[in-house]
Amino acid sequence: MSTKTPLLEVHNLKKYFPITQGVIFQREVGAVKAVDDISFEIYRGETLGLVGESGCGKTTTGRTILHLYKPTSGQVLYDDQDLTQLKGSELRALRKRIQMIFQDPYASLNPRWTISRIIAEPLRVHHVNQGKSKITQVEELLELVHLNANYLNRYPHEFSGGQRQRIGIARALASQPEFIICDEPISALDVSIQAQIVNLLEDLQDQLGLTYLFIAHDLSMVRHICKRVAVMYLGVIVELASRDELYDHPLHPYTQALLSAVPIPDPQATRARQRIILEGDPPSPANPPAGCRFHPRCPIASDLCSVEAPTWREAVAEHWIACHEA
Amino acid sequence: MAKQPILELQDLEVKFHTLDGVVHAVNGVSYTLEEGQTLGVVGESGCGKSVSVLSVMRLIPDPPGKISGGRILFHGENLLEYEEAKMEGIRGAEIAMVFQDPMTSLNPVLTIGRQVSEAMIVHRGLTAEEANHRAVELLNMVGIPDPAERFGDYPHQFSGGMRQRAMIATALSCNPEILIADEPTTALDVTIQAQIVELTKNLRDRLGMAVIWITHDLSVIADLADKVVVMYAGYIVEEADVFCLYENPLHPYTVSLLKSLPRVDSHRQNKRLATIPGFPPAGTTIFPGCPFAPRCSFMVDRCMHENPQLQQAESGHTVACWVNIEERREI
Repeated sequence: MSTKTPLLEVHNLKKYFPITQGVIFQREVGAVKAVDDISFEIYRGETLGLVGESGCGKTTTGRTILHLYKPTSGQVLYDDQDLTQLKGSELRALRKRIQMIFQDPYASLNPRWTISRIIAEPLRVHHVNQGKSKITQVEELLELVHLNANYLNRYPHEFSGGQRQRIGIARALASQPEFIICDEPISALDVSIQAQIVNLLEDLQDQLGLTYLFIAHDLSMVRHICKRVAVMYLGVIVELASRDELYDHPLHPYTQALLSAVPIPDPQATRARQRIILEGDPPSPANPPAGCRFHPRCPIASDLCSVEAPTWREAVAEHWIACHEA
Repeated sequence: MAKQPILELQDLEVKFHTLDGVVHAVNGVSYTLEEGQTLGVVGESGCGKSVSVLSVMRLIPDPPGKISGGRILFHGENLLEYEEAKMEGIRGAEIAMVFQDPMTSLNPVLTIGRQVSEAMIVHRGLTAEEANHRAVELLNMVGIPDPAERFGDYPHQFSGGMRQRAMIATALSCNPEILIADEPTTALDVTIQAQIVELTKNLRDRLGMAVIWITHDLSVIADLADKVVVMYAGYIVEEADVFCLYENPLHPYTVSLLKSLPRVDSHRQNKRLATIPGFPPAGTTIFPGCPFAPRCSFMVDRCMHENPQLQQAESGHTVACWVNIEERREI
């Protein structure tokens, strides 16, 4: 499907949020290591899934790629340009090609703006015109996401969650991007609406040749939509492989536990399954455990795991993990 | 498994009088819960699944809400006719509830221990000392590490999963006959969800209580329930034994819902997910026909004018649908 040219390369990306104390003289007393040294590539035309539990840093990763958060260190190469070094108009020019769809369709649309103004905003900012009027372009975008063009002058509150998410998608498509970061685009939607949005995203990908970074915690949906999947735990990527390889032969104990915890809509299958129930909760990213971050909850941890962080290695062809024991 | 029903909803109707008009939240819902049974109630947001169980607890805010019809029989007695004082003896003692968001349902300024022990002091007349002792046992039972130490913690010191465990401990403190869980795992991560589901299953089997588990997630229900009720727009559209429902769903809504779910354990089957067009109706309009008809791909003329009643399709499996789905499902 895709040729093997990375569209986006992330090298050793780190994003630490400072923890400060004091009101006037704020001292930095620590850092939340939301993203701690991760690397991956996304190839043109593919969908890479980024999964993990809340607080694992997947959303921060998405936002740091787009430079919505300034990275602490590391490189984000988009089409061989380092996004982290860009400023001002150069950054804006690149952002035109990278867009984002947000999780909460209620919070991500300005309630005081009409739909046409919301969708026309990127057209205005990025000076897109294609020789057409803004209204024509907005109408075309609405059509692209299967919304009625008569909705132009309505406000976000007049729409259901699924429709709002379509508006968010239309806005993301306005600047004609190549790459879209989908940050949990379906998790706030009802079950019967989720499939509609997923199908729409797939149709648009085929139609417009888009590349997606699909951030989600719904592992069943990720298996459906993504070509390759990366699993994050506490700020690091622990496993990355092609979809079926990862789901059929998970190597990292965290991935194994995560997959076994996903319920299946089939009483026979789900009750017959052997589950790995992890003890406790993920530790705080402000104070992650030494060595492998998963070792306190890991069923196969050895002494080495609590001392030394595992290296990122290719265990099987195209199947990367960070684990001493697997 | 033919046991006495301990809870019976008969033609329950609940309306909310709002500025936008009357919202018909629950429209004649009937189901029964037997001793030790786990009933799953599934549906999308606004389908009336939570309102139906809040009515059981008599926790519908009135106004704007109003239970306008039907009966709720608990051991044969209609809870809707109970005085508030008598209802307080049931609520939390005989029928207990766990809510969706453990952060907002626990009081942030009271310690966990105080909240777990409170019901036992009120309902069971335990002294504070006895209640505290028992609360530590309960916290231990639901898997809180170092329960004696964590007893004095405040909710913000607990993680989401631990708060939900504490909620369950509170609910179980008076040995209720029925535990109502209203989307208890929706706000939690999948590994924590697995912990809570596993915990509920263990406690249910050990304590022999009946459980009503409300959710929008058909996958969780598959794991947990004995019987499933599927709700849509304030109506029950299908009710069946859990194995029967997933193997042989009859209502077009259930069928399409199950088809729209990808599975984590199987390869991608087809190019696209099956979808249900449109979106659920607003509760303010009364539609004369089947509420699902406008979104249904099997719709016939009759569906637009007449709302079908629940009818037995096979033993222990009822469905409200005019169309003979068996015939058309192959399409």
